[in-house]
Amino acid sequence: MSAEWERVCLLDDLEVERGVTALVHGQAIAIFRTHDGEVHALGNYDPFARASVLARGIVGTRGGVPFVASPMHKHAFDLRTGRCLDDETHSVPVYDVAVEDGVVLVGRRKQAVA
Amino acid sequence: MTHQRSTLVVVGHGMVGHRFVQAAIERGLTETHDIVVIGAERRPAYDRVALTSFFAAESADELSLLPEGEYDDPRVTLVLDAEVTEVDRAGRVVTYVSPAPGDVAEPLSNPGRVETIAYDALVLATGAAPFVPLVEGRDKDGCFVYRTIEDLEAIRVASATATSGIVIGGGLLGLEAANALVQLGLETHVVEMAPRLMPVQLDGSGGATLVRHIEKLGVTVHAGVLTEAITGEDSVAGLRMRPAGTEEGAETSTVEAQVVVFSAGIRPRDALARECGLDLAERGGVLVDEQCRTSDPHVFAIGECAAPAGRMYGLVAPGYAMAEVVVDALREGPGTFTGADMSTKLKLLGVDVASFGDAFATTPDSLELVYSDAVAGVYKKLVVAESEDGSFRLLGGILVGDASAYGTLRPLVASGIALPANPEELILPASRGSIELGMPDEAQVCSCNDVTKAQVVHAVAEEGCEDVAAVKTCTRAGSTCGSCVPLVKNIIEEHFASVGKVVDKGLCEHFRLTRQELFDVVAVHGYRRFDDIVEAHGTGRGCDVCKPAIASILASQFNGHVLDSDTRRLQDTNDAYLANIQRNGTYSVVPRIPGGEITPEKLIVIGEVARDFNLYTKITGGQRIDLFGARMEELPAIWRRLVDAGFESGHAYGKSLRTVKSCVGSTWCRFGVQDSVGLAIALELRYRGLRSPHKLKGGVSGCARECAEARSKDFGIIATEKGWNLYVGGNGGAVPAHARLLAGDLDTETLISYLDRYLMYYIRTADRLQRTAGWIDSLEGGLDRVREVVVDDALGLGAELEAEMARHVGSYFDEWQATLEDPDKLSRFVSFVNAPDTPDPAISFTEERGQIRPADSEGPVELGALIPVGAPAEGAVR
Ligand code: SRM
Ligand SMILES: Cc1cc2nc3c(=O)[nH]c(=O)nc-3n(C[C@H](O)[C@H](O)[C@H](O)COP(=O)(O)OP(=O)(O)OC[C@H]3O[C@@H](n4cnc5c(N)ncnc54)[C@H](O)[C@@H]3O)c2cc1C
Ligand code: SF4
Ligand code: FES
Repeated sequence: MSAEWERVCLLDDLEVERGVTALVHGQAIAIFRTHDGEVHALGNYDPFARASVLARGIVGTRGGVPFVASPMHKHAFDLRTGRCLDDETHSVPVYDVAVEDGVVLVGRRKQAVA
Repeated sequence: MTHQRSTLVVVGHGMVGHRFVQAAIERGLTETHDIVVIGAERRPAYDRVALTSFFAAESADELSLLPEGEYDDPRVTLVLDAEVTEVDRAGRVVTYVSPAPGDVAEPLSNPGRVETIAYDALVLATGAAPFVPLVEGRDKDGCFVYRTIEDLEAIRVASATATSGIVIGGGLLGLEAANALVQLGLETHVVEMAPRLMPVQLDGSGGATLVRHIEKLGVTVHAGVLTEAITGEDSVAGLRMRPAGTEEGAETSTVEAQVVVFSAGIRPRDALARECGLDLAERGGVLVDEQCRTSDPHVFAIGECAAPAGRMYGLVAPGYAMAEVVVDALREGPGTFTGADMSTKLKLLGVDVASFGDAFATTPDSLELVYSDAVAGVYKKLVVAESEDGSFRLLGGILVGDASAYGTLRPLVASGIALPANPEELILPASRGSIELGMPDEAQVCSCNDVTKAQVVHAVAEEGCEDVAAVKTCTRAGSTCGSCVPLVKNIIEEHFASVGKVVDKGLCEHFRLTRQELFDVVAVHGYRRFDDIVEAHGTGRGCDVCKPAIASILASQFNGHVLDSDTRRLQDTNDAYLANIQRNGTYSVVPRIPGGEITPEKLIVIGEVARDFNLYTKITGGQRIDLFGARMEELPAIWRRLVDAGFESGHAYGKSLRTVKSCVGSTWCRFGVQDSVGLAIALELRYRGLRSPHKLKGGVSGCARECAEARSKDFGIIATEKGWNLYVGGNGGAVPAHARLLAGDLDTETLISYLDRYLMYYIRTADRLQRTAGWIDSLEGGLDRVREVVVDDALGLGAELEAEMARHVGSYFDEWQATLEDPDKLSRFVSFVNAPDTPDPAISFTEERGQIRPADSEGPVELGALIPVGAPAEGAVR
């Protein structure tokens, strides 16, 4: 049992290709479930718009990369790495996620992938 | 070194005079010359070619070629309402009277002020005047000519009290005038002396085909008859005529009419030239050489008053060419005018007519190829000549009823390239457009503006023009009569294909189809789910471009709830929460206030809701009230209150109908002629919730003062004494467009059926995020095309489009009310999935002018600090 993992919801609460926001350690985290069954967790804060909104964006693929388009100005973020697909210099943090017994858990922030 | 500046005087500010000044400015002639233009008409040059559209225009300004009223080059002076009465060639002085004497019947009532001006060079651009044959009674009240805006104004006034009208002359201009009388609601007759219509352009069969078309529109054609007299006391009562070729005293017939329009040809206005002793052509017109110089080297003549090599040209394109030649001559350039293409393509009373090259096969040994379909009303003729190598060249042709091939054929005449082995295929309907025709670079594409294929290609390849609109701006091709637009489009596409640039019209990387194609695919297969569509017709999992587009298509066709489980993840930002997202992640709430009309009780409710939820309140530009600053999780409670008070969604968030703006109209306003509020409310309620490629806005004004700004809307309606005028394709925004008249004086029922058709046609065929103005421009034929489909029902789609709209109207429901009733839909309106009522700490407000506003963002929140970084403990689950 570790404080590093926080249960946020049931997997069934996540609709395919639609996000939810979770409050994890006092922070807003956007959680997405993609068509292939993967679950991803990103910081909810859109660094361009400076607003906590990413979970409300449209989810899809760009050249095979799963991404979310920010609802604010449509910047696309790679769901796996948090990297902005439109602007290399920006990214959002990504978090570990696990699904156990139908429960979605969010862990710590991943190291930036070089 | 300083140059002595010269003075250049231009007489006449018509189409050609104006083009001359434009070219002079563009090509630097004003560096050395001061230009003074003296024009007899009250207004600056206007588009005479489009004269008939004056009736549809809101004001004469729409036709203006110089809407600002002056040139922005200070070295050009424009003197209007002034007529040049004398040219003193020896002293190089012109005399003019201002204001222009006007009605020649009473010259003494307007002696005017006489002024003079000295010139170094003089350009006559006095145009032509309508020819009125010496028919008994031609001076009666009710007789008109058809040349100026003033003529049309007078015809309109007279038509208001008339029931029928006659046009004397069945040529090109006569049929234009007949069109005008039809538009003015008169029973219309055309009287032509020759045995057929448009005798100059058409042969017997072509003319006969045209007559059949025109008679179907209710115009009575009397061909092969002589006008004997115009009957009536002081004003016109009718016209007496007898068969052409019979003697006086032969049996006559009479047609009753209160309006007579003479359109029996034009005569060059060469009186000034004659009086000052310049040489005239045998058949009239100022005789000029290849540089458009008259017999006096200081005097030039251009446009319809000029007769280069003795021949007068009654079209605008040759006049433009002459204007360029004179600018060239004054700059000591080499330009010459050696004749012009007299090809014409017109839409007369909705019928396509084209005549080009040697239409009458006067060239020795030429052959005629004819295709004629009397049932469809199509007649096409090609005149070809066999060359020595056995191939055929195109010399000319005639097209009636379907002139779509004109754009391809006309340049073939000019370029003289060999035709394919079976030239008849060019006019057979099945093969239309299927023949590949290599066109040489020097082939003229746009005859109005003398633009060659090479120039179009250059604009595309070198100047970055990507579409017809850009090429138009860049080269002027297509900007006058528009008949070359399809050809220009082909050349652009051909060029892109040749450089291997795929002109991808697909929606995005997931769909090769256009929005229109997807719309049809959905309609044909009846798909209701994105997954089925992307599996069958696309790749990948979609994106923020195709998903909302498909959501919109599904909504337009099935009108389900946008938050239904199959569609909600497709919705664009605002649709996804049925509210407009704001800069700090909160939302605005806009209840529908149809037509801007609201009861005090409802106003109070809005005030109370805003107060209780602490929302910023603002009156919008769309005549309603916007409540800002709602957190997502508060939206259901806010809407509960609003719905209970009888409000419904205003769809401020959707690509759908926003508002139908109205003025107060005849109920209160002393000028109002119809109930604009009533109509605006009816329309807003009819089209509310209609999902469309882009947002839709409407407006209804109760009279021509137009307080509702209806013509800045996608559909605008302006009340008239007799009903409603319907305007389409307007918008504000970054690229404002004025809506244009689609149909006039409609009763409410017809208005609604046209609107139903128009909107559904738009929804079916427009591109994603294309507003109605851009959509209309993108259609081949533009507004005329819309009119054909909506008003003339040329595609036979009218009933289907109306039925689709009826289905929309019948299945409308309020999205917010339905959301409030459905726990599944409501479940998404939570701030956090694991803390549904906790406000997002990222949102905060401050106050300004007594209301909330978003607190300035302090930059990115550091999310990493609070969460430990590193590998998670094995199987760590709390
Ligand atoms: C609230 C309002 C401004 C105001 O305070 O008055 C407004 C606000 C917005 N307008 Fe507007 N427009 C508002 C009237 C207008 C008008 C005036 C009118 O309707 O008479 C225009 C010009 C008329 C027109 O549309 O042609 C207008 C032209 C635009 C455009 C440009 C459209 C174009 O074709 O170029 C956009 C951008 C777009 O839609 O792509 C836009 C987009 C927006 C958006 C939706 C931008 C966005 O995505 O956040 C704004 C959000 C509003 C919100 O949160 O509620 N708004 N906007 C007005 C709401 C009207 C209403 O009651 O629904
Ligand atoms: C209804 C209609 C439809 C047409 N359709 C077509 C078409 O489809 N295609 C096409 O190519 N052409 C068309 N034309 C012909 C086209 O309009 C003319 O070729 C063109 O306007 C000629 O230009 P212009 O400058 O020579 O003459 P205008 O445009 O007539 O201008 C001459 C100007 O000079 C002024 N003026 C004359 N005398 C004096 C003076 N002494 N002092 C001062 N000012 C003077 C006149 O008032 C007038 O304003 C159409 C014409 C009409 C009337
Ligand atoms: S003009 Fe711009 S800032 Fe103002 S409301 Fe419209 S979209 Fe927003
Ligand atoms: S041919 Fe008339 S605009 Fe091009």
